[in-house]
Amino acid sequence: MSYFKPINKHPNLEKNKLGLTRRDYEGGVSTLCAGCGHDSISACIIEACFRLNIEAYKVAKLSGIGCSSKAPAYFLNASHGFNSVHGRMPSIATGANCANEDLLYLGVSGDGDSASIGIGQFIHAIRRQVNMVYFVENNGTYGLTKGQFSATNDLESKNKYGEDNLFPPIDLTSMAIQMGASYVARSFSGDRDQLVPLIMGAIQHKGFALLDIISPCVTFNNHDSSTKSYDYIRNHNEAMGKTDFVPLGEEIKTNYDEGSSVEVKLHDGSRLSLEKTDHNFDPTDAGNSLELIRKKNKEGKIITGLLYVDNKCKPLTEIMDLPDKPLNTLEQEELCPGSEVLEEINKGLS
Amino acid sequence: MSGKKYLFKRNNVWWVKLAVPLSLRSELGYDLRRTTGEKDLDKAIPIRDKIIEEFKTEFQIRKVNADDKGIVLRGTEHMQKTDISDPQYFHKVVDCQYACPAHTNVPEYIRLIAQKKYDDAYMLNWESNVFPGILGRTCDRPCEPACRRGRTHDKPVAICRLKRVTYDYKNDIDPYLPEIPKVKNGKKIGLIGAGPASLTVARDLLPLGYEVTIFEKDNKPGGLMRTNIPSFRLPEEVLDEEVYRIIKMGAVLKTNSYIDSLENVIDSFDAVFVGTGAPKGKDLEIPGRKEANENIHIGIDWLTSIAFEHTKSIGKKVIVIGGGNTAMDCCRTAIRLGADDVKVTVRSPKSDMKASDWELEEAIDEGIPILDNTSPKEFLLDDEGKLKGMKFEKMEAQYTDGKRKLIPTGEEIIIECDDVLLAIGQDNAFPWIEKNIGIDFNEWDCPIVDKTTMQSSHPKVFFGGDAAWGPENIIWAVAHGHQAAISIDNFCSEVDLFNRPPPLTNLVSQKMGIHEWSYDNGISQEARLEVPHADLKQALNDLKMEVELGFDEKLALEEAQRCLNCDMQTVFQEKLCIECDACVDICPTDCITFTTNDTEEKVREKLRVPALNLDQDLYVSGKLATGRVMVKDEDMCVHCGLCAERCPTGAWDIQKNNYIEAHNLNKGRVKAKEVA
Repeated sequence: MSYFKPINKHPNLEKNKLGLTRRDYEGGVSTLCAGCGHDSISACIIEACFRLNIEAYKVAKLSGIGCSSKAPAYFLNASHGFNSVHGRMPSIATGANCANEDLLYLGVSGDGDSASIGIGQFIHAIRRQVNMVYFVENNGTYGLTKGQFSATNDLESKNKYGEDNLFPPIDLTSMAIQMGASYVARSFSGDRDQLVPLIMGAIQHKGFALLDIISPCVTFNNHDSSTKSYDYIRNHNEAMGKTDFVPLGEEIKTNYDEGSSVEVKLHDGSRLSLEKTDHNFDPTDAGNSLELIRKKNKEGKIITGLLYVDNKCKPLTEIMDLPDKPLNTLEQEELCPGSEVLEEINKGLS
Repeated sequence: MSGKKYLFKRNNVWWVKLAVPLSLRSELGYDLRRTTGEKDLDKAIPIRDKIIEEFKTEFQIRKVNADDKGIVLRGTEHMQKTDISDPQYFHKVVDCQYACPAHTNVPEYIRLIAQKKYDDAYMLNWESNVFPGILGRTCDRPCEPACRRGRTHDKPVAICRLKRVTYDYKNDIDPYLPEIPKVKNGKKIGLIGAGPASLTVARDLLPLGYEVTIFEKDNKPGGLMRTNIPSFRLPEEVLDEEVYRIIKMGAVLKTNSYIDSLENVIDSFDAVFVGTGAPKGKDLEIPGRKEANENIHIGIDWLTSIAFEHTKSIGKKVIVIGGGNTAMDCCRTAIRLGADDVKVTVRSPKSDMKASDWELEEAIDEGIPILDNTSPKEFLLDDEGKLKGMKFEKMEAQYTDGKRKLIPTGEEIIIECDDVLLAIGQDNAFPWIEKNIGIDFNEWDCPIVDKTTMQSSHPKVFFGGDAAWGPENIIWAVAHGHQAAISIDNFCSEVDLFNRPPPLTNLVSQKMGIHEWSYDNGISQEARLEVPHADLKQALNDLKMEVELGFDEKLALEEAQRCLNCDMQTVFQEKLCIECDACVDICPTDCITFTTNDTEEKVREKLRVPALNLDQDLYVSGKLATGRVMVKDEDMCVHCGLCAERCPTGAWDIQKNNYIEAHNLNKGRVKAKEVA
């Protein structure tokens, strides 16, 4: 087995504005099972960071426990990272976010980490509008413990050994919308054309961004009776219209007919341009989104694409009115208002 | 059309580059490079225009698009699934092997070196190129510029010097030599000239029971390998070992036997092979030539007389005229014979010199000045009529449309000298072949020889080596020899000469466990290693002291690790693919793309990294479940096997492609395979 990837790269490989190639955003060689959807997601994160000219040292990768939570080792080698206790990644993210607003927080979690042991943490991170991208690499199974059902596994989906699933699934996207997440999308690890712009949008969005990405487990949940296999998802995927990410200052290249696209401006001025499909779907109307998800779930379809976005939300640090600068850069004068102020306060108390 | 467009130089001859999409390969064949047969650019240009016109008319139905990359036939249909059962497809991926005229399986012998199996590595070479020890020191190495490592990393693997390692470290290989039948097949073959071409023919025919007689004009066999390559580049014992190995296989060698009439020998044999080389050095007819004759020497003749120790000294000041490898050998020999002021003059700019880069470098390293843009005008004599110097005129190269013109500047220089060596080219000469015995010659007095069969217009007479189409190098002579031997065997067995044996090919999976390969994919990322040289001072004083010392074992093993194993092919089966993209993500050189099918032109543009190198093919799969196809650009693949390692379903596999060019030595094996 090879643990290293040859260092030479294609001489004509594209470079971004920092003069870096895609390969400069790589991590170690994956030790996940060959063909794991998580690796495709890592590749899409690499692609998104490359295209957004992100400096890797300004990124923090956070994760809990599970196959998904191993993934941060396989991208952005030059970034910060914290591998936390099972299900506790949202707390770490919240704390880090408060302490340093300057970093980009990429939380990588799975269905077990987020929908089971960590569901309370998950909900409160959303509620508090932590400014982060929260990836749920959702494969409906506990791969690391040999393939038990997870809380996102569909009712009709059997396990590898033919056992029935007794409990209904949690839909993380509807839950997130209800809890106030400001950017919610679902995608499929095997559709990078859809996934990369969604990640780019999520990175540029200010507030809690949830990406629920169905990521087949090739070892335990890629069989004929699974609803999270490559084949099943390809056959039941109902993709919303195409989403294009348009960086600040660039022209929209794709032309949709008038009235057939919606444009969403993100905090930094970049835009998301969404192709509209048949219905009068408005991604900024939470009720509309929840209705659509419910309807499609009922039809047995997996709806993918940008499901909800609120570009006017206030992130955690603004709600709490925290300093703009990272805490560790605050000087003595900023931290301590001085004896005069103390005297003023004491006077007020007397 | 003017200029050098679509032309490239190979072995000093101008070729036209034609690129063809995969979909048309079966129809048009693989190698669409066509030779103009001309060394002179001016003469090559009209021939190129003619070739292009013919090409366009021939394929009028298709869109022909000419751009800077070559004449490109654009397919108008979607790309077809690549036919990997065609032996040439994967053969072409092994760049070194494909470029070698004898198609030696380079990656295989480099792996054998890495395993310290020097005997096996030597024998693999010997079967294919006959003279591993000689070629490992003197080959023109067409494999090295072709080496993939030159594209993916920095410099090619030192293939040629690794070949030498197989010679230097082997043990006794006699037990592995083919058995020579005691009962002969009754056919007698005459070989004229004991150079590499004839010796190859002899080696290929002896194991089949032929009685072979070799005629040599000198007193020792070896041809130009003995007479023209100085012993400081090729020690005599290496030459003798490999040449006499063939003689010992049972050839009758007649030395000091100059054949002055082909007619006289032709009837004594069932077939005759002419491998007499290009023995006539060109002369320089300028004023003073006749008067100074005593001190003007034709380079190749002069080297010959040194090889046979007739000449042992030269004047103190020597001018060598010419810019090819012979000029390099002449100047380096002159220094060793005691000359202390040796200069090389060449008419063209240094960058256009014909000498191989490494031979030029060695001469410069030995302190020999190369005066370029210097055209000889006159030999100057002193009062006693003895050569005292030469007059030259400085030239200036002007390039218009990529075409070079040398313009005299009028500036004259005089260089003093005692002797002059002329190394300005050589021709083949056949004064000994009667014009009326059925061998047709062309307008330049060269025999008309079939490119495939090596047969002349006289059915019994075959040509090869420099004698066929003018000066090339040893490895081409070997390749010609193999082909001629096949033809002679067919001819004597009354089989159609065009019914030629196919190459032996074998494609075997290298999978050993889930993620284990039976080859070492952990290649070295280090730079090319330099070959150690002898102390310069000592070397310059000794005509026979070998300058290059060759790799020692440690260096050889390190250099062997630089080989990318291009014969380890990535084989794809679309029916197993689940399109998880794992291979796309892991590929270090971004070779793999899943995309919708289109014409080759469009597919090449829309890959992860556009495939701009038209010399390299695209590997295209059949239609996948999503309607897309897998396209792999062979150009930058480093054969690391990671695609197959990360593939969950085994849709990718690594398979070793063993391609053995047909020659008589493996004839038995070919037949056995047909039976099986």
